[in-house]
Amino acid sequence: MSHVLTKAERINAALRPIPKWVIYVIGALPGLYIMAGVGLALTGTYDLFGGRLGVDPAKTIEHWLGELALQFFIATMLIRVLRDFFKLKLIKFRRALGHLTFFYIVLHLTVYLWLDLQWGWSQIWNDILKRPYITIGMAGFVLLIPVMATSNDSAIRKYGPKVWQNLHKLTYPALLLGGLHYVMLQRIWDVESLIYLAVVCTLLLLRGKALLPKFH
Amino acid sequence: MANRYKSKLTWADVTPEHMFLNRRGFMAGSAAFAAGSIAAPALAATSQYSTDAEPNTFEEITTYNNFYEFGTGKTDPSEYAHALTTSPWAVEIDGMVDKPGSYSFEDIMSQMTIEERIYRFRCVEAWSMVIPWNGFELADLLNLAGIQSSAKYVSFETVLRPDEMWGQKRSFIPWPYREGLRLDEAMHPLTIMATGIYGKDIPNQNGAPLRLVVPWKYGFKSIKSIVKITLTDTQPEASWNMIQPREYGFYSNVNPNVDHPRWSQASERQIGGGLLAKRVPTLMFNGYEEEVAGLYENMDLKANF
Repeated sequence: MSHVLTKAERINAALRPIPKWVIYVIGALPGLYIMAGVGLALTGTYDLFGGRLGVDPAKTIEHWLGELALQFFIATMLIRVLRDFFKLKLIKFRRALGHLTFFYIVLHLTVYLWLDLQWGWSQIWNDILKRPYITIGMAGFVLLIPVMATSNDSAIRKYGPKVWQNLHKLTYPALLLGGLHYVMLQRIWDVESLIYLAVVCTLLLLRGKALLPKFH
Repeated sequence: MANRYKSKLTWADVTPEHMFLNRRGFMAGSAAFAAGSIAAPALAATSQYSTDAEPNTFEEITTYNNFYEFGTGKTDPSEYAHALTTSPWAVEIDGMVDKPGSYSFEDIMSQMTIEERIYRFRCVEAWSMVIPWNGFELADLLNLAGIQSSAKYVSFETVLRPDEMWGQKRSFIPWPYREGLRLDEAMHPLTIMATGIYGKDIPNQNGAPLRLVVPWKYGFKSIKSIVKITLTDTQPEASWNMIQPREYGFYSNVNPNVDHPRWSQASERQIGGGLLAKRVPTLMFNGYEEEVAGLYENMDLKANF
């Protein structure tokens, strides 16, 4: 009895030998490139971006990093859906993508606090408390802090799979907040950000009841 | 009628570098000079209204624009606005005027005095620039048409040409873009129709061939590529106000004390300062408080934002 490999099985077999660090390295490249570019721009040495920063560079970088964060977040959350619906086994790469998501969110937040608001704490607090899209973005970030802190094997052993899984379901509201954050900062119903939000909502709907925590 | 207003700035404040004139304006300016008129200072190109702040570069002013008729990205207008035909051009002036009709751009320019006005420009999105406009006072154009005593407001419309302005094929704004001013705001000497920047004809992405500039209001009030001006006795529709009345009021005066519901208006990022551009406090009426505060006496600026 010869078993004919399905397309999914062939993809799984092809991906199996790829080590996780490859994902970290490739995934971090855009961020490292941006950081290097910012460093060079600040010292006035070289324009790594070939003029693409435009005349409002802080906003451009903030936007690039925010979009990268959302893209990595969606990629991370897509892995479970790809397994459920297409039998693709990418789970071994998920943690790397999750860590990269957090990496880009931290960079995005840093640029907002540093280049955009220039550590003006009174305005930062005002923004967080009074601007709905900032409040929402911040709330999403805060939800991800415990997730990031327990995104390792020893945390799974320490808390047990059930508690750990419930804790990591915080990623779902965080993803929704991230999508809303992007839509709300636009002055109009911006098509691109609405597409991201549609993808996010689809991902959440596909997970269905699994979004809710389990208590027994 | 230009320079009818006096401010604290003296000729010592004039920056000699900015001796640029619109080509069309040069003609008007030299005519005035020949007549020995008070408008002669237009030749020196800097009005007493001008700020002495350093203007942004031509590149900054012409590549970072909100002109949703050409797309919602900041660089979209500079990329796509070349599709707009600006000649021939005419402005329909109607409503409560003595001489309603279609005024050709050339006809208007031949009767106006062009001068340079270096104005602060504050966007509702909390960024700002300093722009050396060339243009004429709106009051002069309205007087040309003859304002009837019943008129209380002025409404403006941008050209509607979806074939040349692809953004108009999308319906996120009910086209054409429209704006309005109270008559006293429209007649204020700070309010100009700009036809040039840095002495060059105004580029399409900045609102060619003529656009409104009201420096004490958020930028979206300064409607671009105008084809229709109507004098009326009822408060006109204004596009952003129609879409989001909670966020964009009819007046939309720059006011650091009244925040946009989704962001603070207390400070602004000055475009052109690079990565570490300083955030500076936003000034009441964008720094034109002395000139325009009188227009809003006894008005609750929080309610009438």
